[in-house]
Amino acid sequence: MTETTSTPPVKTDKPDERVKTRSSFREALIRPELGGICGTILVFTFFLLTASDSGMFSASGVMNWSIVSSQFIIIAVGACLLMIAGEFDLSVGSMIGFSGMSIALLSVVFGLPMWVAIIATFILCMGIGALSGWLVIKTGLPSFIVTLAFLFILRGLTIFAAISTTNKTIVGGIKDAAEGDWLAPVFGGKVFTGLFQWLGDNGWIETFERGFKKGQPVVDGIPMLMVWAVILLIFGHWLLTKTKFGNWIFASGGNAQAATYVGVPVNRVKILMFMFTAFCACVFATSQVIEFGSAGADRGLLKEFEAIISVVIGGALLTGGYGSVIGAALGAIIFGVVQQGLFFAGVESSLFRVFLGAILLFAVILNTYIRRMITGEK
Amino acid sequence: MSEPIIEMKKIEKHFGSVIALSGVSLKVMPGECLCLLGDNGAGKSTFIKTMSGVHKPSVGEIYFEGKSMDFECPRDAITAGIATVYQDLAMIPLMSVARNFFMGNEPTKKIAGISFFDHKLANEVTMKEMKKMGIHLRSADQAIGTLSGGERQTVAIARAVHFGAKVLILDEPTSALGVRQTANVLATIDKVRKRGIAVVFITHNVRHAMAVGDTFTVLNRGRTLGSARKGEITSEELQNLMAGGATLATLEGSLAGTI
Repeated sequence: MTETTSTPPVKTDKPDERVKTRSSFREALIRPELGGICGTILVFTFFLLTASDSGMFSASGVMNWSIVSSQFIIIAVGACLLMIAGEFDLSVGSMIGFSGMSIALLSVVFGLPMWVAIIATFILCMGIGALSGWLVIKTGLPSFIVTLAFLFILRGLTIFAAISTTNKTIVGGIKDAAEGDWLAPVFGGKVFTGLFQWLGDNGWIETFERGFKKGQPVVDGIPMLMVWAVILLIFGHWLLTKTKFGNWIFASGGNAQAATYVGVPVNRVKILMFMFTAFCACVFATSQVIEFGSAGADRGLLKEFEAIISVVIGGALLTGGYGSVIGAALGAIIFGVVQQGLFFAGVESSLFRVFLGAILLFAVILNTYIRRMITGEK
Repeated sequence: MSEPIIEMKKIEKHFGSVIALSGVSLKVMPGECLCLLGDNGAGKSTFIKTMSGVHKPSVGEIYFEGKSMDFECPRDAITAGIATVYQDLAMIPLMSVARNFFMGNEPTKKIAGISFFDHKLANEVTMKEMKKMGIHLRSADQAIGTLSGGERQTVAIARAVHFGAKVLILDEPTSALGVRQTANVLATIDKVRKRGIAVVFITHNVRHAMAVGDTFTVLNRGRTLGSARKGEITSEELQNLMAGGATLATLEGSLAGTI
């Protein structure tokens, strides 16, 4: 507490003379997403300079890294809200494997209709999310430990379930099971196919010149995965910044005790956020399973870290109470663009991690600096 | 005087084998500032926590506006009109002043059937309420972290008052503050009292207590050591009462009246 800078009450309508006026430019800069925005600009500039002639920015190239970025956005939105509420979920990756396998086993092996399998899986996974949230609240243990346990439990269960029912770790046949189902296209379908055909017909995007797809555009629609990413992004941003509940998320993560004292239902907020993270993992897994037509017991490996890294690049505070969904999405885009862009640029793929680590460090240093400016330390 | 806004009767609180409070009673009138004094471990914090619904008393009764009350959680006490401002737990530094101000009581407006946090209203009300307390904010969007400790206490007090507190409990609001900031907080307490709100002010600084208090109650080892009204007691007597009389008298000789 710096007592030398204490402010006596100013009784006039004039602004306090000791509060320096800040330019609106500086005001606009001080936001949690700044690190993410800078990173995104940096990454795109880099690839525009080094990989512009490799097809990275052609229609199919854009679609390629957009899909990967969308995958990251879906899990990052969940991880972001949970992190702002002051908790972690390390079981996201295992949850992806688990829910994918659950859909495959329920539909292919047990013969349930696809929509029943999908809905049952969502309920099951959100139940597990609620359970880990409840354990964190009840035991008072760090969520790091509780969800680390679930990382192993869910992965183990996934492999066990797959082996004991089918003797394989990859379960296929989902394309057939999803045939004619009403819910499967919500996750695995494509939209705006007509628009892309029209674009292709007019020669604005490339079309296939040979083979059975002759005349069809190389990009034939927006996958539902991307639609989900946009929906979750808008929902997450709206929830966090525009609603009463969003204020509770900030308060729960910022100082759970203070929030409880003013009547914020902190436990409920945290458990709901664990469930939302599980929901996001489930959306990811369902889209992937329907798209690939198979579920693998090793799917989603390390996804929890990719989600957390996206969120941290996006300006969220690891200890909770501060962050932005838009920032997390920018972090996810950086992640996706770097991962796919290095491939287009013909860079040795092992350098991906080096590049990623450098960006992570850069973004976090910048974010720490911004945060100090917000609290007036600098 | 009229009837007390809150009356605590023979409150006892046991934590396992530890008796934190053994029969503390007091009453507070509307518009009155009661100073609760006592050394560390006297049971001040436990006592106000039973008043604000954090702890349930093991034995004893709480009457609020003449009715017997049984608070299950802080929320019940807040709903009844008992607000507590904790010294360090009042505010969340990285959140804006307005978000802190409305934490737990967010104003909403409906647009097309969807409920939105009404940021515009929140900012306006925050600026207005802070102005009433004599603090000019650059904007209600600025983070609480940019305010000084005294200003943060004032935000917390203004918040409690705005949301209709009838009893305001302040847990050592001045203990970590500088001289000027303390003066601000004491002035705020005075303003609040003049609005007819009962204030329970916990402190172990006798001078701060004498500055705003109407009645004084001293706790020691979970018991009421004594109560007095303003003018019935001098600050030396209060100081002696707090420190357990005899001990301080002997100390005073060697320290030559510096305490």
